[in-house]
Amino acid sequence: MIKALLIDDEPLARSIIREYLQSFTNITVVQECSDGFEGVKAVNVHQPDLIFLDVQMPKINGFEMLELLDQKPSVIFTTAFDEYALKAFEAHAVDYLLKPFSQERFDIAIKKWLEKGSTPATTDLLSSVPLKQPEEQNRVVVKSGSAIRIIPATEIIYIESYDDYVKIFTADDVYLKKKTMNYFEETLSTSSFLRVHRSIILRLDTILRIEPYEKTSHIAILKNGSKVPLSRSGYSRLKEVLGL
Amino acid sequence: MLKIKTAFFRFLFHYLCWWLVWILLCTVVLHRLNIEWTLAFADAVVTNTLLALAGFGIFNTNKVYAPRRGNYIYSAGIILVLSLVVMILSKSILGCSGLISNADYQAVLEASMPFRFVFSLLMISCISLLSGIRHFSKQQEENLIRKEEAERLLREAELSKLRQQLQPHFLFNSLNSISALAGTQPGEARKMIQQLSDFLRGTLKKDEQQLVTLEEEMNHLQLYLEIEKVRFGHRLLTEINLVEHCKKMMLPSLLLQPVVENAIKFGLYDTIGEVTVSIEAKEENGMLSITVKNPFDPQTSGKNPGTGFGLSSVQKRLYLLYARKDLLETVPSGNIYITTIRIPQIK
Repeated sequence: MIKALLIDDEPLARSIIREYLQSFTNITVVQECSDGFEGVKAVNVHQPDLIFLDVQMPKINGFEMLELLDQKPSVIFTTAFDEYALKAFEAHAVDYLLKPFSQERFDIAIKKWLEKGSTPATTDLLSSVPLKQPEEQNRVVVKSGSAIRIIPATEIIYIESYDDYVKIFTADDVYLKKKTMNYFEETLSTSSFLRVHRSIILRLDTILRIEPYEKTSHIAILKNGSKVPLSRSGYSRLKEVLGL
Repeated sequence: MLKIKTAFFRFLFHYLCWWLVWILLCTVVLHRLNIEWTLAFADAVVTNTLLALAGFGIFNTNKVYAPRRGNYIYSAGIILVLSLVVMILSKSILGCSGLISNADYQAVLEASMPFRFVFSLLMISCISLLSGIRHFSKQQEENLIRKEEAERLLREAELSKLRQQLQPHFLFNSLNSISALAGTQPGEARKMIQQLSDFLRGTLKKDEQQLVTLEEEMNHLQLYLEIEKVRFGHRLLTEINLVEHCKKMMLPSLLLQPVVENAIKFGLYDTIGEVTVSIEAKEENGMLSITVKNPFDPQTSGKNPGTGFGLSSVQKRLYLLYARKDLLETVPSGNIYITTIRIPQIK
């Protein structure tokens, strides 16, 4: 039996998926969730094979929810917003259903998934929906223990790479997240964040002063007392941004 | 700026060429009247230089005070005076100059005075006319550009108005709900189609400039709230409190919808669990004061949820209609976000 999970904050939107799924007798809906927090819990409890995921939901959106999962099931996005298609593709979605969708379109998505397993349907996806650049991110969602925390970008002091993870430093804690430095460099606001080193992205207004370090390099001393290294190119970028 | 400068120099070049041609022409004509070459040339240079200066003057005056119907007489007067000035000046320069004491030449100069006056008059008139035509065509061109610009802005405004009113996400999500209801509760689906149609019709037929009573605006808003409640009925509660006599007070049509939409969005997406959006209207210092409250999370939304959504367009409309920037106010108070709009009443 294939286990499916429905995550959408509108009950009627969930009911139509349930109805469309009736023709697939080998798929059973293990739970319906109305927000991303419930979704994370349900994924951990049921280990579903497939999730139907809305994008705009209370507190954390569908993408942020996915980032919190350790084991990622196959995902079919269901949303009225066409501007997230590129992001969905990046998140390796099976398909991207634009509300309202027909039973036929729904069946195509399911059959495609059944045939190909979890391989994402990249080309179809890209051709069927208009693409937009990823939008600027003004918050980061992380898991700390069993709790989920939403960190506004304004609370991030700096981000440091850590193997496959990044460490996110805030005034009172450090959080781990499985993402690349490039991802944050691209999505955090470029007017307030700067990559000053291969392994450091720094929020500009946390810098107290910049000091020379050893013979040729520099370090930044932050308002909270921490010191972060600046690479040579990072230092020149920083000088440019600060207008030195 | 550079373009203007090069255009000016090109004009200057043409203008100088024009006068050089006349200087040569006049020299030849004067020589034919038995005046020796140097004298003829000096005469032509003085006369034509004065005319060139006068012409340049009138050209620039026309640029600033374009001749209009009614002040042709004024223009003619200026031309006449300039011609006289040119005539007298040229005579005094040529006559008093110690270099030219030739008696024959003095006689010719004296005799040619009327002719010189007519020549100046015609020349300056001609320049005045040409400059008038030039300025006129330039103005026409500018008018055309301005008109096109205005039309483009109008079109853009129309489009953004449509976009604003037709909230595609709201529409598609509502259609999705209808699709879901059609399978299980056809009666409810039909009712929602009706509400959505009435809402859309109300949105489309209203004009942004139009003033409506609060009662009308609330009836329209009610349709919107009904639809949102079908989608989020399990979470969304609304409280509406209108002071009775305020229902007849006026406000710009469709002003409240973006505010309420903003409140619902923030309430629903910023919190988990039940959400109460309240709308109150009362009279305050002769103005209609409407307050919309919604819960929000100051932690995740930052201090000001109003910036991301449609409130700036409301602010802009209020400014365009009433030329005041203090009519929309947003205040976070704990976990409640309060938006207040005040509408001046025009008697």
